[in-house]
Amino acid sequence: MTETPLIGGATLAPVDSRLAGARIGVVTFPGTLDDRDAARAVRASGATPVSLWHADTTLGDVDAVVIPGGFSYGDYLRAGAIARFAPLMGQIVDAANSSAKLPVLGICNGFQILTEAHLLPGSMIKNDHLKFLCRDQVLRVENNSTAWTNAYAAGAEITIPLKNQDGQYIADEKTLDALEAEGRVAFRYVGTNPNGSRRDIAGISNAAGNVVGLMPHPEHAIENGYGPGHTGTDGLGFFTSVLNTLLGGK
Amino acid sequence: MSETSTTESAKKFNIDTVANAAVTPDVELPWAELGLKQNEFDDVVKVLGRRPTGAELAMYSVMWSEHCSYKSSKNHLRQFGEKVTEEMKKDMLVGIGENAGVTNLGDGWAVTFKIESHNSPSFVEPYQGAATGIGGIVRDIISMGARPVAVMDPLRFGAIDHPDTARVMHGAVAGIGGYGNSLGLPNIGGEMVFDAIYQGNPLVNALAVGVMRHEDIRLANASGKGNKVVLFGARTGGDGIGGASVLASESFDDTKPSKRPAVQVGDPFAEKILIECCLELFKGSLVEGIQDLGAAGISCATSELASNGDGGMEVELTSVLLRDPTLTPGEILMSESQERMMAVVTPENMAAFEAVMEKWAVEYSWLGEVTGTGRLIIKWEGEVIVDVDPRTVAHDGPVYDRPYARPEWQDALQADSFTGSVQDAGRPATADELQAAVLELIASPNMCSKDWITNQYDRYVGGNTSMAFPDDAGVIRVDEETGLGVALATDANGRYTYLDPYNGAQLALAEAYRNVATSGAVPMAVSDCLNFGSPEDPDVMWQLAEAIRGLSDACMVLGIPVTGGNVSLYNQTGTTPIHPSPVVAVLGKFDDVARRTPSGWKEDGQAIYLLGTTADEMDGSEWANMRGHLGGLPPKVDLQRERELGEILINASRDGMIDSAHDLSEGGLAAGLVESALRFNTGARVALDEVAQRDGVDTFTLLFSETQGRAIVSVPRSEEVRFNDMCTARNFPVARIGVVDAAGGALDLQGLFSTPLDELREAHEGTLPKYFG
Repeated sequence: MTETPLIGGATLAPVDSRLAGARIGVVTFPGTLDDRDAARAVRASGATPVSLWHADTTLGDVDAVVIPGGFSYGDYLRAGAIARFAPLMGQIVDAANSSAKLPVLGICNGFQILTEAHLLPGSMIKNDHLKFLCRDQVLRVENNSTAWTNAYAAGAEITIPLKNQDGQYIADEKTLDALEAEGRVAFRYVGTNPNGSRRDIAGISNAAGNVVGLMPHPEHAIENGYGPGHTGTDGLGFFTSVLNTLLGGK
Repeated sequence: MSETSTTESAKKFNIDTVANAAVTPDVELPWAELGLKQNEFDDVVKVLGRRPTGAELAMYSVMWSEHCSYKSSKNHLRQFGEKVTEEMKKDMLVGIGENAGVTNLGDGWAVTFKIESHNSPSFVEPYQGAATGIGGIVRDIISMGARPVAVMDPLRFGAIDHPDTARVMHGAVAGIGGYGNSLGLPNIGGEMVFDAIYQGNPLVNALAVGVMRHEDIRLANASGKGNKVVLFGARTGGDGIGGASVLASESFDDTKPSKRPAVQVGDPFAEKILIECCLELFKGSLVEGIQDLGAAGISCATSELASNGDGGMEVELTSVLLRDPTLTPGEILMSESQERMMAVVTPENMAAFEAVMEKWAVEYSWLGEVTGTGRLIIKWEGEVIVDVDPRTVAHDGPVYDRPYARPEWQDALQADSFTGSVQDAGRPATADELQAAVLELIASPNMCSKDWITNQYDRYVGGNTSMAFPDDAGVIRVDEETGLGVALATDANGRYTYLDPYNGAQLALAEAYRNVATSGAVPMAVSDCLNFGSPEDPDVMWQLAEAIRGLSDACMVLGIPVTGGNVSLYNQTGTTPIHPSPVVAVLGKFDDVARRTPSGWKEDGQAIYLLGTTADEMDGSEWANMRGHLGGLPPKVDLQRERELGEILINASRDGMIDSAHDLSEGGLAAGLVESALRFNTGARVALDEVAQRDGVDTFTLLFSETQGRAIVSVPRSEEVRFNDMCTARNFPVARIGVVDAAGGALDLQGLFSTPLDELREAHEGTLPKYFG
């Protein structure tokens, strides 16, 4: 994937040379779709995107990892079920659980992979209406102390695209109660629940707050002219949050 | 080889060799079951100088089918190549005849796009038919060396309340979504038309667009003696056998058995891998020629690659990787299994080619090589089963000059105008009646919101979608540094074309052209998908001939060439053909997509202008359709006027004079106003009296007539003088009809009625969920 050209090149020059030193890995599996978009979002935040291939056996020197959306291995068995066995996933799980607490963000299929890899609890099943749904979605930031949400105000409402077929978050009641009690519900859907997710949950974090997964797509709301309503850039905060974490020690 | 041993060998492999065919001239062959006519079979025998082998018969039958050979339309399609000026050629890098045409975008960029039909498979098996329609057109784009960047899907189904429509609708939309979404290609637009005429013949067309650097353009030819021929991607299976010949080139009726096995089954994951893997091959310059496997599978790929090259080709068919080991040579040659590509690779590049395949875990097999013999030789365990001149298969198929004549009923149809007809009785006139009429229009099957469909498609993936449905055109950024981009719109109106095929086809082009210009892009190229009934019916053949003549004439006036497309015939149930439906796609260019014009109001206080004038042109309109009337003459075509309107919209966009623009077409001004308001949930106050008076029409006509060459735009106060001056200088009719009113929350037609946006939205968005859940 490293060599696959982008359409055009980078437009968004680093805003601060200090930020460019932050190296954010973007993982590509066979069937990953939003890897270029995630790399663009990393660049828009000022950091340097680093392409990671699923078959790699080392994470290199990346400071954080984004697992982007798509249909890894076609999602034919169960979303994310095969991808979790990729050599690179073992590295990511170890690094996320280590004392260094590697920040990891899973978006859509990335979230599904993180649950399959047991970095996050619960699972995603088919949307309750059984259809693929693409729409601009309002979310409430329920926890702004994670590695990927600290740039947002607590309770802030943001609009970013949602697009998936298997987006209904489920977990047993005990797990859901624990997530709520520990403040690990990172995002909730505002308004009509788009897919039947339990307790309107759109995204969650691990206990340490370094691993976050959500179904909607922040990387599609980072550039004026290409986000929700043509102008939305509410997703950029995910990528500036991790820079706060990496550079500011948040 | 002696006669005896040949026969033995044939028995051993259960195959029909060339040698065997030469000595057994009287063997009965199933040419009729494979879709060939007697005269065509006789031609094959003449070309070969003997009877064909079973494998050769399979190849000729699919390649000489209507779908692959264009035998009924070829004589007419020539006009697209002939009616071309030097000006129209200047940006055309690759024209008609290749997998898709290529247009120069400047700065070293090129764009390729094409629209195709997948009608018959989508009726038999809607999900797989529509899915593989997307898959096939995307592979055409990859074959040119391009990265696919977006898809669109014009759809035409039967009556919205017919039970079978739900089957086709759910299947086709899920198939387009399921396949397209999995490829990472944004779906940026299309059409959705319901009409009982399409009940037994839904139209599922698919468009793909791709971009590339000039140096990456690839063509489908096999040259360089000694170069290797490789088949890669999915394995070859028993699906889609005879899809092109048996399915796409015949009419359906209830007496024949189900043709489900002739429909291909798609695997979007395999296609996504194939895209990435091909782009890596192109980047490393590892292939000399490349061809996707679509209709007619290996028959098509080998014969086209060989006949476009400078030599011949020899391949061993047993090297093909199979899903089903029991397939016969003929079935392997005809199979339309998806997600396969064939390429020509130099011996030096074989190792590098294999490395790319290994990286992406794509299966491949080396089938043979390019020769200097000029013959296409296909062997089965060393025995020759095909020995043909590839041109006779790929290019020299039969060509028919089918008889055609203006139908006897055409005059009576055109004389039956809506105005004054029984169905026109009680034409709305009072304020209440007009308000009810507007609500009825925007909730009608063809004018209602298509969100139910488009919400099942990913429009964001790739991060370069600048506009998508419901904007008038889809807009994609090509170059992130400069903002260079393209706009695309597809349009067709089967009713207009039924009333007048020549003008109807021109109207389809005019609308697509207008939609692209409305977005602010400069129209550059055309691709068309001509969906018609049986060419063996002189009435239908006349419709086809007239539509092609009209379209090619109009392209000359608008100065944009047809760069490729597709013809789909035999779209009829029994003896009833569909309305002639030439779906026209226009591609335009932006120097900077940041200048694109959305099709809805946003800014409070901006002035709303109507460009163009309105006449009483209700024939063939959505309103007449809602009242069950189809007759008269479609709206007049004025291509010069369309060009002038286009220039105004493009200049106004480039110079920042307008913030929104919406073309007026089906549903007229009423639909345009409502859609502009609902796009960003921003209302307006509009006064129509002055314009109605100017044009000499009543309010109903002003709202519902479908006069062409019109658009509504919103203009910031600071730009009004400049905008008016531009229109006046160009002598283009313009009228200020209202003001954007963000606070009002309503569409207020002053002196008539004011309808809250919520009420409009409920009417507009409720229809498809009501029928389809």
